[in-house]
Amino acid sequence: MSVLEVRNLTKKFGKFTALNGVDINVNKGEVFGFIGPNGAGKSTTIRVLLGILKATEGEANIFGKDAWSDAVEIHKSIAYVPGDVNLWPNLTGGEVIDLFVKLRGGNNKSRREELINKFDLDPTKKCRTYSKGNRQKVALVAAFSSDADLYILDEPTSGLDPLMEQVFQECVIDAKKAGKSVLLSSHILSEVEKLCDRVGIIRQGKIIETGSLNELRHLTRTNLLVETKQPITSLNELKGVHDIEEKDQALSFQVDTEELDTIIKHVSQFGIVKLESAPPTLEDLFMRHYENKDEAGAGGAS
Amino acid sequence: MAGSITKNTGSLSRFIMRRDRIRIPLWIIGISFFTLMVPIAFGDMYSSQQERDVMAETMQNPAMTAMVGPGNLGNYTIGAMTTHQMLLLTAVVVGLMSILLVNRHTRADEEDGRIEMIRSLPVGRLSNVNATLFVLVITNVVLAMVTGFGLFALGIESMDLEGSLLYGTALGATGILFAGVTAVFAQLSESSRGVIGYSIAVLLLAYLVRAVGDVGNETLSWLSPLGWITQSEAYSNNNWWPILLTVGVSIILFIFANYLNAIRDLEAGFFPARPGRKNASAFLQSPMGLALRLQRTGIIAWAIGLFVMGISYGSVMGDLESFFEGNEMLEQMLVAEEGYSLTEQFIPMLLMVMGILATVPPVMAMNKLIGEEKKNRVEHLLGRAVSRTKLAGSYLLISILNGFIMISLAAIGLWSAALAVMEDGFEFGTIYGAALVYYPAMLVMIGFAVLLIGFLPKLTSLIWLYVVYSFFVLYMGGLFQFPDWVGKFSPFGYIPQLPVESMEWLPIIILTIIAAFLMIIGFIGYNKRDIEG
Repeated sequence: MSVLEVRNLTKKFGKFTALNGVDINVNKGEVFGFIGPNGAGKSTTIRVLLGILKATEGEANIFGKDAWSDAVEIHKSIAYVPGDVNLWPNLTGGEVIDLFVKLRGGNNKSRREELINKFDLDPTKKCRTYSKGNRQKVALVAAFSSDADLYILDEPTSGLDPLMEQVFQECVIDAKKAGKSVLLSSHILSEVEKLCDRVGIIRQGKIIETGSLNELRHLTRTNLLVETKQPITSLNELKGVHDIEEKDQALSFQVDTEELDTIIKHVSQFGIVKLESAPPTLEDLFMRHYENKDEAGAGGAS
Repeated sequence: MAGSITKNTGSLSRFIMRRDRIRIPLWIIGISFFTLMVPIAFGDMYSSQQERDVMAETMQNPAMTAMVGPGNLGNYTIGAMTTHQMLLLTAVVVGLMSILLVNRHTRADEEDGRIEMIRSLPVGRLSNVNATLFVLVITNVVLAMVTGFGLFALGIESMDLEGSLLYGTALGATGILFAGVTAVFAQLSESSRGVIGYSIAVLLLAYLVRAVGDVGNETLSWLSPLGWITQSEAYSNNNWWPILLTVGVSIILFIFANYLNAIRDLEAGFFPARPGRKNASAFLQSPMGLALRLQRTGIIAWAIGLFVMGISYGSVMGDLESFFEGNEMLEQMLVAEEGYSLTEQFIPMLLMVMGILATVPPVMAMNKLIGEEKKNRVEHLLGRAVSRTKLAGSYLLISILNGFIMISLAAIGLWSAALAVMEDGFEFGTIYGAALVYYPAMLVMIGFAVLLIGFLPKLTSLIWLYVVYSFFVLYMGGLFQFPDWVGKFSPFGYIPQLPVESMEWLPIIILTIIAAFLMIIGFIGYNKRDIEG
């Protein structure tokens, strides 16, 4: 069952097209990673989902309701954390958290205290004295102490230290265990890799890839590091081998997933001493998408 | 070793002057320009001694004494008049200048971590505070000289060299004293906001203590540095001892600031940082509560300001009749009406000025909504279960109530002060009613602000142009003989001029309907558009 559904979403600011037919689907109990470089349209999509911006074309539905016209009704069951949290300088963090929780409706005092402790936040300080990371914590505490069905998190960990990022990840995992859904927009690919069931990659206002990490990995390469008794010959003649590099005694290279079998058979003839294989990181995948597209773009232009 | 804790004070002073090479001259030019304009204007407005004596008569009441201090009313020359009406208020402005400049170079720099970088260089521990004080002393001495010699150079008969220099020096000495006060608070408080807050509190307290003292108990005035300044009696008795007293206290403050700076850690203070509230009060937990909380200080400040303005207008009512006679400019602005005293005819103009001024805080309250939007803070609310109508409605409701309170306070101030100084004062209903008729015009202004927020969020400041237009056209209209239709572009132009004219309900009702219409249209626009930011 899908909690959040975006169909052919287009948003224009004057002549500039920020979103050009975006499709996203987030299912119940799922953590969906939304990745893409700055200016690709992540935040614009999220702002349309929140009913802050009005879609030029297309549909954005949450819980089967329209994100624009039923905004208030929808917001009763979602929690949102922006990437750049601007707070009121003369209110304390504690006051802001209470205000936010109250405005959503519902109040979970013990959860609030627990999260304030976990995130190591001093709620008695005025927001003007908070660093970026601390302002982020205020928004995160407010979001996770509310009992929402869908969490919309827009680069929520920017400015957090590694310890706090760990705490954040625990919060997301807890939410998922409780059957909640999460839309997580992020730059930090290791975080997305760790948390997300499915990812969507957005580029210049278009979704260019969606699927589970496994599905996406299938399209890509495995990293291998091989040390053999005899030097490996004619490796570069094989199909599906890329980026060969010599590292001390060993060779490191990438293999297209569908050619893996052939290549391992070939390499094993030379007497394997050491073999390390690593799945492609999301970063490899991501970079490859952009490299390819750029090449294609350059080729198309000439 | 004594030299090492103030090492490089000279270089730092030059650095501070370099950073403020525009700011400090602007303060000096602004204050001295203003100071020099006043005696010239007085010379034009009250050219004969007889007119000045009338003015002295008008000034002789407790409200005025509380506001500007005692003066030489027996021999009210242009010089004595300038000292009486301007010296104290200008001294307050000079004090404010010193507070802002000292804070900027001490605690504000320290809070932002810039002093840390300076201190990592071969610079003494006390160099920064002393460099700041040195620059401030120079600034105030220059200010004293420029205003002193400037006033003398005007060549006004009653303004001799000694009096002029004393006038300037009184201003400079006040500036130096408040530089000392701020330097001490910059050691005590941990935040630059705290420094400004405490220093301005001392400034206001000095003003209030003096006000109470001047009206009733003279010894009380001795406790206030601003009380000393008024004792200098420039252009009359020319007392120099208050200057010596002020400078002496300043030196003690400088030494105290140095001592405190020497015994504390960098970025530490002596006042414990007060922790704020851990939880939000029930009041804060709604869009309305939040909006009110954000504007609290501003609303209170405006309320006091308008009330004081009402009082100050009211306090001159007693002697208005004699004051008006022979003043051509004012006579031209007032159209003579049969059956009403000049004082009564003056009321509608005063109330219109107050009405337009009282429009400023409610329009600011409404425009706060767009300010919050531009700072990306309304999305916190709209991203939760708050509708746009509810959000904008909270701001509108505050704005509407705000306007009502502001015009009411101004009218109450005017009425109560007039009651105190006039032989038979006005009926409360007369004044309050004559003020309240401006309320529908204020609502129309608020309505225009809402309309702009709904449809032209980038151009919301246009409303100020309209406010200024209204003020200019209606206040100056009589003086410049504008045709009537010029005033009719402003809602304030349709308001019956009570109590001189009779009440007309039609324009009041129509204006209220227009205001409601503008607000509704504005809300529709706000509900339809993208949120900026």
